[in-house]
Parts: sequence; structure tokens; C-alpha cells
Amino acid sequence: MTGSAPILEMKDISKTFPGVKALTNVSLTVYPGEIHALMGENGAGKSTLMKILSGAYQADPGGEIRINGQPVTIDGPLTARHHGISIIYQELSLAPNLTVAENMLLGREHKSGPMVDRRSMERACQTVLDRLGVHFKATTKVSELSMAERQLVEIARALIANSRILVMDEPTTSLSSRETEAMFALVRQLRAEGLAIIYISHRMAEIYELAERVSVLRDGSYVGTLVGDEISAERLVQMMVGRDLSSFYKKEHDAHQSRGRVMFAVRNMGDGVRVHDCSFELHEGEVLGIAGLVGAGRTELARLIYGADPRTSGEVFLQGKHLSIRKPEDAIESGVVYLTEDRKHLGLFLDLTVRENVNISVLNRDSRPGGILNLKAAKQRAAAAIRALSIRVAGDVVPVGSLSGGNQQKVLLSRLLETKPKVLILDEPTRGVDIGAKSEIYRLIDSLARNGVGVIVISSELPEIVGICDRVLVMREGRLEGEVGGAGHPPVTQENIITIATGVREAAE
Amino acid sequence: MTSPNETSAGLQATGVTGADAASQSLQRRLAWRSTLQALGMLPVLIILGVVFEFMSGRFLSFQNLSIVMQQASINTVLAAGMTFVILTGGIDLSVGSILAAAAMVAILGSLVPEWGMLGIPAALLTGLGLGLVNGALIAFAKLPPFIVTLGSLTAVRGLARLLGDDTTQFNPQLPFAFIGNGTLFGLPWLVWIAFAVVIISWFILRRTVLGVHIYAVGGNPDAARLTGIKVWAVLLFVYAFSGLAAGLGGVMSAARLFAANGLQLGQSYELDAIAAVILGGTSFVGGIGSIWGTLIGALIIAILSNGLILVGVSDIWQFIIKGLVIIGAVALDRYRLKGSART
Repeated sequence: MTGSAPILEMKDISKTFPGVKALTNVSLTVYPGEIHALMGENGAGKSTLMKILSGAYQADPGGEIRINGQPVTIDGPLTARHHGISIIYQELSLAPNLTVAENMLLGREHKSGPMVDRRSMERACQTVLDRLGVHFKATTKVSELSMAERQLVEIARALIANSRILVMDEPTTSLSSRETEAMFALVRQLRAEGLAIIYISHRMAEIYELAERVSVLRDGSYVGTLVGDEISAERLVQMMVGRDLSSFYKKEHDAHQSRGRVMFAVRNMGDGVRVHDCSFELHEGEVLGIAGLVGAGRTELARLIYGADPRTSGEVFLQGKHLSIRKPEDAIESGVVYLTEDRKHLGLFLDLTVRENVNISVLNRDSRPGGILNLKAAKQRAAAAIRALSIRVAGDVVPVGSLSGGNQQKVLLSRLLETKPKVLILDEPTRGVDIGAKSEIYRLIDSLARNGVGVIVISSELPEIVGICDRVLVMREGRLEGEVGGAGHPPVTQENIITIATGVREAAE
Repeated sequence: MTSPNETSAGLQATGVTGADAASQSLQRRLAWRSTLQALGMLPVLIILGVVFEFMSGRFLSFQNLSIVMQQASINTVLAAGMTFVILTGGIDLSVGSILAAAAMVAILGSLVPEWGMLGIPAALLTGLGLGLVNGALIAFAKLPPFIVTLGSLTAVRGLARLLGDDTTQFNPQLPFAFIGNGTLFGLPWLVWIAFAVVIISWFILRRTVLGVHIYAVGGNPDAARLTGIKVWAVLLFVYAFSGLAAGLGGVMSAARLFAANGLQLGQSYELDAIAAVILGGTSFVGGIGSIWGTLIGALIIAILSNGLILVGVSDIWQFIIKGLVIIGAVALDRYRLKGSART
């Protein structure tokens, strides 16, 4: 296996996005007939690297990709397919209204003359499906298949295209445990057939079970590769976490509020699909973190609390009083506000001015009789917000879309603060924000807590969570799986959080 | 600075505060840009006027300009309502049919002895009611605006014919005939009404909470919901307002003609109204636009019709030229959006 020549070599791959260096000189070597796991925290650069491999992104000049020893240029998805590279994405890219065969051969239909030769297409596809040992036919409509079966269609599509390198990005996320077992068997079969499989997963158990080698990325850099017996949860966690940024976070609010008065409680919150039976309490002036991997249900939980999505179960209490929150208006009305993780699409009105964006939640509160705008109040609020959060902007009549990410985030934060919230749920409050604005946002969170506001911080950045939170709840697969920092719980460390979030504990047992 | 600033709703209109000089000059520059962009089509309007004057020699007389404004008035009223709808990212195809139904109600109402003036409120209520039905289907049943108003385009046309027994209804003694044919301070009543509608629209869009919410819903409906804006109320309002404007258009038409015909009246008026809004720089995807632009758009359409007649262009070519102008304007809309901060 490792004795043979590598099928894929990526050397010194870098990728710069405007303002961000996503990858710095990353290298990856993959051999035929091996399962090579790729790990790293959210945002470590795994997806970017795979998108370069699949031709969705172009790497910066200077790097090199070799396939079977030959240098190649991958300038688009078609070239990638031509070189035998197939990616099975988390979000499946099938057309549900077409049949399995049509999907497998999309863009490469068999023809007899000008007509599509369905018979020949179905025969060819059925051969591959039989090889995979699946129970559906090439003529089945994809809309009739389960998520697991659709994933098999994706794999079959890669096989019929004669792919030699298969990238699987979290393939088991939406599978049941029995389906996962079947998937593993299939992956092993493909390995035995000599395919190289790059397997991206956060789940330690899967890595143990499948991978011969594990490469780890952190902050866009290659950290190292573990082979065979070297693979252990402890070492992987260490490689994934790595850095120390504790001086960056300063806490001036009383970090022992977690023993203080309970101000906000959530009971049995769930939507029946992605969030199950979540209960927790928030103390006055506490900064409570919610950690977990992407897809663990953190954002979904926050949106349920805020009334943005319908819930199937769950109650919310503020200062002992039951809140009836059925839509975001109700939440804002009762003093519970939510900062979205996607400020461009779900938060800001990019075409409106800074002044309008800051004021939009309190326009009614300020307005004169008849719903007439109180322009003076709006102007004052905007001016005060710009001063208080030191938003760098030429004037409050500038469209918010023209500001930098950090300043946009501050505008959105000041909109929330104008409503005088009692509980603030911040979803990825520093995503896409430069380092300076980051520390300003941390200071703001700290001072809010000092003034008795309950703050919930959802973040995928572990150093951030560990740095600013007094107590952290960890979610996994839609459930609150554990807690660190509170009385009777392990201390808040990145290792403790990752252990719970990835389910290492279970795997070890 | 890339974004067209006319995109913003009213809050910036208060102008400059005691900020420092740099900020003041920036604010002035932005205000100037916003004026320029809101009036983006004004040069087209002026050029058309000059060209037609040059070619016909009678375009720029007071009398002719008064006729142009009168011809523009009904379309301006419909287009004002349409501006609200398009600002939310929707469309109202039913305004021509609602105009016909409302005009029919106005004429029938005017025939009631002693109570003829009741034709006006009856027509307005008809428009408002039909607009509310559109709005309710869009806001509550969450049907696409295009489909809903395409349906009511047809259904309300039938309703208009039904109301008038499928014939032309006359009232030579129309009690509110002055609206269609009288003047006030030298300008036709129709023009005053259109201007009043524009002013009211401006006030709602730029000076009320509702106005900001309309821009917000059009610019980013998901964010609007998460911000706690009652998106359903905004949608209900804009379609009701558009229906009410069409009802008013019905009164104006009935008053002008002393008659209404359910089959022909208001045919394809919705297209002229949409054209005026788009010519005025309001973006088809919502969130960007101004009522002044719509006014200029409506005037351009009226000038084109009037001027082409004065110059002696045949009816057929008038259609072709008007159509090309509309396509050109949409191309311009695309071009404008590309440069904005919509990333």
C-alpha cells in the first residue's frame, strides 16, 4: 500500500481570499488503496483544500498538484473529473426528479444518433449498482430514495466515471448506525478495489475504524500525519487545538456568576429533527458558551429559543416567568435577542444605511403617533452606537454593505443592544471579523455580563469559547451532551470540550 | 463607496448634524448622489422633450404639457401603488383589471339618484378590497405574487364585465365629472390627484416606520423576519395600497370618460405602470427605489406617447419604440445593481 507510488500529491498549496489566508503551504500525499482521514477544527481549511482538488477554487500560484506523478492543473470541476477525482459532498447534489441512471450519467448521457439511449444507460448503471450491492434499481426516481441511498447514488456516480480518488466529506452525518455500518463496509470494499479515499470526519470512532493515516490541518496549515498505531485521540486533539491565546481574552466580570441567581431557563427544547430535548439554565451576568461541531444543532437550538423556527417541544422561562415565544417579535418583546451567524443574509439590510440598520428594531418604540418616524431619536441612537462600539464609518448615512466585516458586525450588535435585551444569544459573534474588532467584541460581551445581562455565546472557535465563557455546554448530534466549567464538572479546556463534542469518551468505552 | 444611496429609506433625509467637517461633506456628497440617482432618468425626460419640441414645434407649449401630465396622471397613480409592491420584491399584474372594476362601480354608484357622489368611495373600497384579497393570498397563503395577481388579472376582469352586464355603462350627468375634466388653478384635477398620490407615497416611504419596513422586507426578507418586522403586515399593506391606487385610477378614468366598459377599460395598464416603476430605477428584486423615479418614469412614457403622435409616428411604431425603451431601462437596472453593495 504505502509501498506503491502515491496517486495524489498536493504540495505547498496556499489559498488567499480577500483579507484572509485560508491555506498556507499545505501538503497532502495519498496512496492508492488507502483510506486517508483529514481532520481539523471547523475553519481549519479542510473544505478549502478539497475544493481546490475538485476545481471549485484555484490555488494561489506556487503550489503543485501531481496525479500518478504527473503535474496537473485543475482549473474546473470537469478537469477534476477527467483526472479521476470525485467528491461526495455533505449537501447532496442530485436532481431528485430524475432517475438514478439519469443522475449517474448527467452530462454524459449515452446516445444512439441524436436520441438518448436509455436502455444502454440503465444497463451500465445497473452493473455498477449491482457491484455496490444496493437494493434499488437504476430506473428508480431519486426522490423515492432515503438519504443513505442517495449517498450510494453519489458513490455510484463516481464509480461509473472511473474515479480513482474519492473524497467523502462527513458521509455519515445523516445516516443511522446501521446505515453507517453498511457505508463502512462499502468504503472498505472500494479500498480493496484500489481506490484512494480521502475521508473527512469529526468523529474519532470512524477514524479509528477506517483510516490507515490521518492528516491534521489547523488554521490553514498542515500540522502533521499520523500513521497506524500512532493514531490516538489524545494526539489528534492536541494537534487540532495546538495554540494558546489566553492572554487575548480578559474577563472583568465576576466569573463565578454561574453559582448566582438563575435568570433564564430552557426546558426540553426540540424540533423533532435536529434538536432533541435540550434543557439548561443561564445565570444573571453569566457568559455561557455552547460548543459543538458544525451540524451539532447549536444554531438550530438558538433559533428555536428565539422563535425563528417552529418547535415540537420546549419551554422558555425568564426570571421565573414562562415566556410564550412563537415568533422573533415575541422574543425581542420579552428581552431575548439573537445575533445570527450569517449577518449578510439573515442579519443586515445591506442597502439601508447604518442609521436605519441600528434603529430598525426600535423604530416603533421611538415613533410618533401614527407610525411617523422619529428622525431625531434615530440620529441620536446611531451617533451613540457609533461612539459606544467605535464603529469606523464616515457617517451614519453610509449603506451598511460598504463597511468591513468587523464594523458590520458591530452595527448588527448595536441593533440588538438598542432593544435593551436581558438575554443575548450570540451565534458566532466574531465570524469574519478582524482581530482588532474581535477583541472589542470580547470586551463588549464582558461589560454586558458585568451589567447583569445573560450572554450565550455559540462559537466554533474553541479558543474563543474557552477564553470568554464561564461555563460551556457541549452539543453533539442535537443533544446537550455535557458541560464543562460549572460546579461538579471538569474545567473549561479545549481538550475537555473536544472530547465531549467528538464523542471520544464513547469510543474509548 | 459603491452602493446607490437612494436605496435607503427615509432616515438619512434629515441631513447633516454637528459631525465634523469631513463627515458633513461626505453626507452632502451622498445626499447629492442619492438625488442624482433617484432622478437618474431625468436627463432622458428632458432630452425627449427637447427632441420632440425640435421635431414638432408644439411640444413645449403650456397647453400640450398640461395634456401630457393629464395623460400621465392615471398611470402615475397606478405606478405609485406598483412602486410599493415592487419595493417588497413583488409584482401586481391585476391593477388594470381592478381599475376597470372600480370604474364600473363608480359609474353604477353615480347612477343612484341623489347619492351619486357615493360612486367615489364605493370605487375606492372596491380597489382596496380586491387589493386586500391579493395581499392576503400572498402574505398568509404564501403564494407567489406573480401567480396570485395573474389570477386576479383574469378574474377581476370578468368581475368588471359581470358588474356592467358586459356592456358600456354611461352617466352623462356624472356628479364628479369635474375630476376628469375640470381644472384647479389652471391645472387639470387629474394632475393634482396624481401629484397628491405621489406626495402621500413619498411620505409613507420616507417618513414612517412602515416605509422603512417596506424597504427592509424588499432588501432582505429573512433578516426582516428575524428582526421582528411583521412581514405579513407589510405585504398586506403594499397590495392593499396598490389596489386602492387602482381604485382611485378607476374613479379618474370613469370621471374622464363619463362611462366604463368592463372589457376594454384598463387593458394592459399594469404593463405601463410596471414600466414606469422600472424606468424610475426601482429594482425588480426589491429594496431599492424611490417614488420620484416612478413619477419621472410615468412622465417619460406619457411624453413618448404624446410626442410620437405629435411627430406623426404610426401607432405600430409607437408600440415598438415604447417596448425598446422599457427593455433599455431594465438593462440599465441590471447595470446599476452590478455596481452596488449587494454582495
